[in-house]
Amino acid sequence: MATTSAASKRRSEAPPPLPEPGVAREWLETMVLIRRFEERAGEMYAKAKIGGFLHLAIGEEATIVGAVRAMRERDYLISTYRSHGHALARGTSADAVMAELFGKQDGCSHGRGGSMHMFDLERRFMGGYGIVGGNLPIAAGFGLSSDLLGTDDVTVCMFGDGASNQGTFGETMNLAALWKLPVVFMVTNNQFGMGTALARHSAVTDLQRKGESFGVPGTRCDGMDVLDTHRVLSEAIRRAREERQPVLVEAITYRFRGHSMADPEDYRTKEQVAEWRKRDPIELFSKRLVEEGVLDEDAVRALDEAAVARIDEAVAFADASPFPAPESLYDDVYVLGDQVRGWYSVDERSPEPHKGEDERGMDRAALAGADEYERHAGGGREPRPADEAQGTA
Amino acid sequence: MAVVRYREALNQALREEMQRDERVIVMGEDIGVFHGAYKVTAGLLEEFGEARVRDTPISENTIVGMGVGAAMTGIRPVVELMTINFSLLAYDQIVNHAAHIRYMFGGQVAVPLVVRMPQGAGHQLGPTHSHSFEALYLHVPGLLVAVPSTAADAKGLLKAAIRDDNPVVFIEHEYLYGQRGDVPEDGDHVVRFGEAAVRRSGDDVTIVGISRMAVTAERAAATLADEHGVSAEVIDPRTLRPLDLDTILASVAKTNRCVVVEEGWPHGGVGANLAALIQEQAFDDLDAPIVRVTGADVPMPYSKPLEQIAFPHEPQVVEAALATLREV
Repeated sequence: MATTSAASKRRSEAPPPLPEPGVAREWLETMVLIRRFEERAGEMYAKAKIGGFLHLAIGEEATIVGAVRAMRERDYLISTYRSHGHALARGTSADAVMAELFGKQDGCSHGRGGSMHMFDLERRFMGGYGIVGGNLPIAAGFGLSSDLLGTDDVTVCMFGDGASNQGTFGETMNLAALWKLPVVFMVTNNQFGMGTALARHSAVTDLQRKGESFGVPGTRCDGMDVLDTHRVLSEAIRRAREERQPVLVEAITYRFRGHSMADPEDYRTKEQVAEWRKRDPIELFSKRLVEEGVLDEDAVRALDEAAVARIDEAVAFADASPFPAPESLYDDVYVLGDQVRGWYSVDERSPEPHKGEDERGMDRAALAGADEYERHAGGGREPRPADEAQGTA
Repeated sequence: MAVVRYREALNQALREEMQRDERVIVMGEDIGVFHGAYKVTAGLLEEFGEARVRDTPISENTIVGMGVGAAMTGIRPVVELMTINFSLLAYDQIVNHAAHIRYMFGGQVAVPLVVRMPQGAGHQLGPTHSHSFEALYLHVPGLLVAVPSTAADAKGLLKAAIRDDNPVVFIEHEYLYGQRGDVPEDGDHVVRFGEAAVRRSGDDVTIVGISRMAVTAERAAATLADEHGVSAEVIDPRTLRPLDLDTILASVAKTNRCVVVEEGWPHGGVGANLAALIQEQAFDDLDAPIVRVTGADVPMPYSKPLEQIAFPHEPQVVEAALATLREV
C-alpha cells in the first residue's frame, strides 16, 4: 500500500503545530459531531426513518474539517453524495441535515434532495451531487463567476478517487488551468471507487499527478490528520486566491464503513480496516490535544457527550418536522413569474385535466395518491402497528 | 421592421442582451475568433471582449456544467453547442443538473442558463449531425424549450430566454439560419414563452408545425387552399415548455381535425405527446384521428435521395391533412 507508506513518511516529519486552543477544540468538536451524526444516521436508516441510499463519511472527518476550516465564509464548497459532514462543517444545523435525511420540510433541501443532495446557499455549501464527477464542471462555473464578478472567492471542490476517472475530470482540469480559475480540487482518496480498489480502477494511483498534464499542479495531504489537511488546503486555497492557480490536492483517507448501507464489504479485509482504524482521525487529534494539554480526558468526554446530545435533539427535530405538503409537489420545478403562460407541467396522475402547477390551489383530499401520501406521512395520527413493523424491517 | 436573416436576428438578440445586462456572457466552441460554426456570434468577441465571449475547448459536458455553476452564482451564461447531436455529451449536465438543481435543493437557487444549438436534416451531414431532439428536452421537467421558426421569433424568444430565470434549451435550425424575415428593431422585442403563433387562419383542419416544420406546414396550407379548396389553420407553438395548449385546443374545437408535423422520430415524439394531450382534453371535438407527420424512424442517412425521404416535406403534410378530411 504505497499510499499508507507515503502518509507514514509524512508522519515521521515534524507534526504541524496546533492552532489556538479554542480553534483546536472547535475542530475536534466538529469532527466528533460529524462522527456521531453519521453513526446515528446509520441507526435511523436501520429503523427505516431514512430511505434511499446513505453514504457515511466515518473515518474521513479530518478531510472535511481540515479543508472547510481552511476556507473563508464567502468561499464556495461543493461536494459529492457523501456530504452530510460537509454541510455540518459549513455550519448547517444538525437539525436541518437530519430532517433532510428524514425527507422532511425543514430539511436543508426541504425534503427534495435527501442524503445525496444537501444544500445550503446561505453558507455557500453549494451542494452534494449524486452524479460521480458531475460536480467538477459546476465548481469551475463558480470559479468563472468569481472571476467575472471580480471577487476573490475561492471554490473548493471535493470528489472521490473514483471521480478522477470521469471525462469531466480531465475536461475541468483543462478548463480551470486554461482560464486560471480560483478552484481547489480535492480528491478524497479513500482507496475505493465504491468496491473497486484504487489500483484496480486507476492506472495512475498517485492521484495528485492526474492534473499535471492539464496544467493543474498536485499536492498531497494526510487525510487522517486534520492539521496536515488544514495546512495543505490553506496553501492550495492561497494559491487559488492570490495566484489564480487551480490546484489538485489528494487527501489520503479511508472510510471505516461500507460505501453505502448496502455494502457487504467483500472487497476488503477486516485486517485492512483494523489497520486504518488505528489512525482514526478523531482519536489521533484528541490524543494530541490531551498530550499537549489543550484538553484533558474529561473535557474530551464532555465534548463527545455534548455531540451525542446535539444529535438527540436533531433526531427529535427531524421526527417532529412535517413532511412536505402534498400540494407542494410541483413547487420549485420552475421559477414562475410574470412570464407564466401556457402549460409548464402536466399532471397525468389524475383523469381530470389540469396543469401540474395548478396543484398548489387544489384541495388536498382531491389529489391523486392522497391516500398513499397519508399512509407514508402518517397524516398527523399516532404511529400505527404497520409503522412499527416497517421500522424493524 | 427590417428584413434580416434568422442568424442575424439571433446575433442581434445576443448583442442587445449583452449590452443590456453585463452579467450575460456567451461561451462555446469556436464562437469567438471563428464567429461560430453558423456565424451566429459574429462580431461579439470584438465588441464585448474575451472575458464575456469565451471560446472553449471541445468539452460539451463541462462547458454546460460550467454554465450551470456560473448561473447559480450570479452570471447569465448563454452556451452554444455546435449541433444538437453534440448536446447528448452534455445531457447529463442539462438533465441531472440544469433542470433539477432548483428542485432538488428545495428552491434555494435558480439556474438562468441558455443552451443554444441548431438541429435538422437536409445538409447531408449523416447520422451524427442531422437529428431533431426537441422531444428529448421537452421530456424533462425543469427545462424550458424554445423552437423558433422565424427570424422575428428567433430574436424575440432568445431575448426572453436570456431574461428568464429558468434553464432554457433553445433549439435553432440549420436550414432556417439563412432564411429572411421581418424583425422589429425595437430593443425590447421580446416574445413571451408559452404563446403560440397562428401563422394562418383556417376552418377545416389544424396543422401544428414544430421548428422548421412550421414553415413546411405553411407551404402545405397554401397548397391545400390553392389545389384542394381546403382551409387549414397553421399553428407554431414556438415553445414546447411552457406549451400554449389552449391555442391549439381552441383551433381544434373549430376545425375538429389535427395534424402534427415534426422532423424528429415518431416514437415518444412531440406529435405523440400532443396527440395524447389533445385527445385527453378535446376528445369530443375530434372528427378524425390526429395524424402525425414525422421524420423516418431511422438514423439519418447521408445519401441525398435517402435523406430527402427521411424527413417530412410539403406533400406529406398535404396528404395527411386530406386524410383527416376523408369520409370514413
